[in-house]
Amino acid sequence: MKVKDHMELFQDSQYREMFERKQAFENPCSLEEIEKTLEWTKTWQYREKNFARKALVINPAKACQPLGAVLCALGFEKTLPFVHGSQGCVAYFRSHLSRHFKEPVAAVSTSMTEDAAVFGGLSNLLEGFENAYALYRPEMFAISTTCMAEVIGDDLGAFIRQAKDKGKIPQDIPTPFAHTPSFVGSHINGYDNMLRAILAYFSDHSTGSNDSINIIMGFDTYTGNTREIKRILNTMGIRYRILSDISDVLDSPNTGQYVMYPGGTPLRELSDAPGAIATVSLQAHCTEKTGELIKQSWNQQFLSGPPPIGIENTDRFLEEISRLTGRTIPDELEAERGRAVDAMVDSHPYIHGKRFALVGDPDLLLGLISFIMEMGGEPVHIVCTNGGKRFEEQAREILGSSYHGRNAEIYTGRDMWHLRSLLFTEPVDLIVGNSYAKFLWKDTGIPLVRIGFPIFDRHHLHRYPIVGYQGVINLVNWLVNTVLDEMDRASINTQSFDVIR
Amino acid sequence: MKSTIERTQRIIDEVLEVYPEKTRKHRARHIKPNDPTGECGSACQVRSNVKSRPGVMTIRGCAYAGSKGVVWGPVKDVVHISHGPVGCGQYSWWSRRNYYNGITGIDSFVTMHITSDFQEKDIVFGGDKKLEQICREIKEMFPLARGISVQSECPVGLIGDDIEAVAKKMTEQLGIPVVPVRCEGFRGVSQSLGHHIANDSIRDHVIGTAELEETTPYDVAIIGDYNIGGDAWTTRKILEEMGLRVIAHWTGDSTLNELAITPKAKLNLIHCYRSMNYICRHMEQQYGIPWVEYNFFGPTKIYESIRKIASYFDDSIKERAEALIARYKPMMDEVIERYRPRLEGKTVMLYVGGLRPRHIIGAYEDLGMKVIATGYEFGHKDDYQRTYPELEEGTLIYDDATPYELEEFTKRLKPDLVGSGIKEKYAYHKMGVPFRQMHSWDYSGPYHGFDGFAVFARDMDMTVNNPTWKLIRRRTR
Repeated sequence: MKVKDHMELFQDSQYREMFERKQAFENPCSLEEIEKTLEWTKTWQYREKNFARKALVINPAKACQPLGAVLCALGFEKTLPFVHGSQGCVAYFRSHLSRHFKEPVAAVSTSMTEDAAVFGGLSNLLEGFENAYALYRPEMFAISTTCMAEVIGDDLGAFIRQAKDKGKIPQDIPTPFAHTPSFVGSHINGYDNMLRAILAYFSDHSTGSNDSINIIMGFDTYTGNTREIKRILNTMGIRYRILSDISDVLDSPNTGQYVMYPGGTPLRELSDAPGAIATVSLQAHCTEKTGELIKQSWNQQFLSGPPPIGIENTDRFLEEISRLTGRTIPDELEAERGRAVDAMVDSHPYIHGKRFALVGDPDLLLGLISFIMEMGGEPVHIVCTNGGKRFEEQAREILGSSYHGRNAEIYTGRDMWHLRSLLFTEPVDLIVGNSYAKFLWKDTGIPLVRIGFPIFDRHHLHRYPIVGYQGVINLVNWLVNTVLDEMDRASINTQSFDVIR
Repeated sequence: MKSTIERTQRIIDEVLEVYPEKTRKHRARHIKPNDPTGECGSACQVRSNVKSRPGVMTIRGCAYAGSKGVVWGPVKDVVHISHGPVGCGQYSWWSRRNYYNGITGIDSFVTMHITSDFQEKDIVFGGDKKLEQICREIKEMFPLARGISVQSECPVGLIGDDIEAVAKKMTEQLGIPVVPVRCEGFRGVSQSLGHHIANDSIRDHVIGTAELEETTPYDVAIIGDYNIGGDAWTTRKILEEMGLRVIAHWTGDSTLNELAITPKAKLNLIHCYRSMNYICRHMEQQYGIPWVEYNFFGPTKIYESIRKIASYFDDSIKERAEALIARYKPMMDEVIERYRPRLEGKTVMLYVGGLRPRHIIGAYEDLGMKVIATGYEFGHKDDYQRTYPELEEGTLIYDDATPYELEEFTKRLKPDLVGSGIKEKYAYHKMGVPFRQMHSWDYSGPYHGFDGFAVFARDMDMTVNNPTWKLIRRRTR
């Protein structure tokens, strides 16, 4: 007996015939109509219509602010992300993050309903605090908002003060809060707002200057990245803290026990952060407001550039760190650099001249553009739904620095349906994007390399770093082996089906 | 009070101890030992369909999830606008696996994320003008779309937009139905009201708007099957083999036309009672169409259901039904023969939505497994009343359970398998308790029908008996 699941079952003739019979009730479009329309959507004419869209958004590559706020909050020790607003939103954030990380995600909402829409969400917030504190015993509540609370205009600061005055939660428990309206910006801004709020909360408790540095990863969904940065800094013997460290929270060991707070930046470290030598943000677009706070009130350097993706970006990152701390870059890292470059040299024939379409968050894209050009690849379509003018300028500058950037076009505020038109009218060799970009692969047949967020349909990729020299090796691996797989597929019935490549 | 009931009640009291008093009293009403006889009276009646307490990490979603995510989303030839900010549509994008046949982006739109992506100016000045523009652009981009639905997100109802007026105007201008759905996430207490609102919007804007030229005495509709992993297809196959003609799916792999012609059915067959009893009642009142609940999980319930459905028809159908059962029984016995020895005596804890907390019990029993605890995310009283008789006395029943409660009950009841959702899945993995995601069949399926039972049995076996669980080196607290 062979068990057939959905993969095989519905290919059986019995089911195929049933599907045909079902059409009698469907009022389907005619095959000619479908064929004609399908072909039309591949044309320049459709592309022009598509780009003339003013209001309709189709398959955007961005999420909303509170998702970013929740991710940021998760990165602090014993911190409960506490979202003031509708409960459905938090159910969505938890599902969304769990699907990517394959990890449990703890967050609560104040379950606001219609009566809260009329009377405001104060009583929800008070009871929410009381229940959450009793059940989950956090040492910090990191509070953000859904669009419901934002539209109503609840006064978070006053509400939280009342909660403490009424004894719902202890007076001294940290309760940083951020307004994170989902109708402004995207998840990266929510991350920024939450992080700024948390850091501001602890700014007053500064323990004075010290010889450490602060690192901000940003809305970075690669736990492997955080671990890699920590490894590099440990190798260099640097004292540091990661401000929002999700690595142990969203990649926790299986011990036969569910631990609600398995890691995160220790709260006591937050008081040391203002006295550090400098803060280095690996995602500039994700830390605009946080950077302002640090520059204004911490009296230290705030550095943010493209993330250390690729050789040059990693070189620059290490040099900055070395300059800031006075520590030299050890031979060990130099050897890693050599190995990463060696891998790129070995694989370059399969990447050189290849045309790329990229879609993702601004900071990730800036890093990837640079890395792809380092290998001789050519970014052609760069789609950044949540990118603006500043991203465009930065991307243009990077692209302008290399011969391989000459064919690139940058599309900010555009979505993956725009990208579909671009791919049909001006085809490329590879797509780089998240799991939802697989629909582009399906429609166009152009292979997809999954880099970004969310990645739902492949396991464990987020455990591998894409930053640092080690990250370079992983990126080379994914890119070149996708190309090689594709070459095998394309040459399967030809003489080019080589065994050595 | 009977001892089994008392024992379970003690466990419940213990687990609830940690709550603040008000919340403890509230939660106590939602968690009860099962009393199939009804002798223990109101003390064993689970309270349901009321607001979740703030701050307790409810697993529930919202009305939008119930409408766009469950009822409307699978209608394949309609473009569903997630009307409001970008998030809701992003997080519910192709996460429910409502399979369909069609060319995505051309004549079908299920796996797409279409949104009005509200910005601050839309909140301040209202989104109605934008919505009009969006409807026009949909018509331009997707000329073969048979309709548009407007799935309202929270802000729409708070800023006083008149989406009904926009929908009416656009229906006239574009020549396709534009259906306004008031499923803002703050309405109601869970997904459930969203189901109801979605049912009502189909009733008001779709039902009866198309004709079915030829009818037969054997016309039926499948109601409340969302074709997760192909569930509705395995169901349709059985019904067709019984000699019935399925004229509509609600709403897995469905088209607008199918919904419109449903009043021509002679009998409505409802699987997910929770999400679609509303439309069945409406069609009964308005068109005199009877409806019958059935359960296509596991052979025992499938045989029972086939006979129940056949009883509404003439002898030819009844005979075909018997012949069908006789044909499939050896195959089902073979499945049981293979998997039952590996699963016999294993215990199961469920916490799901819709129909599953009661409908899957029989399928587990076919495999020799026993459900020792179950509950609904967003059930109502009538769901619990249908559940009590299915379970032994003293079985734990919880409503709107929190992860804290589930974890504590798991520690005390020590089930061999837990079936719940994605938010619970990985906490159970950490706990080293075999777990299946029973909303989306853990990306497997189908689980309905004869073809689905084999997959169900295989999956439960692979999870309960997988060797990885034994590798966990347990840390004791």
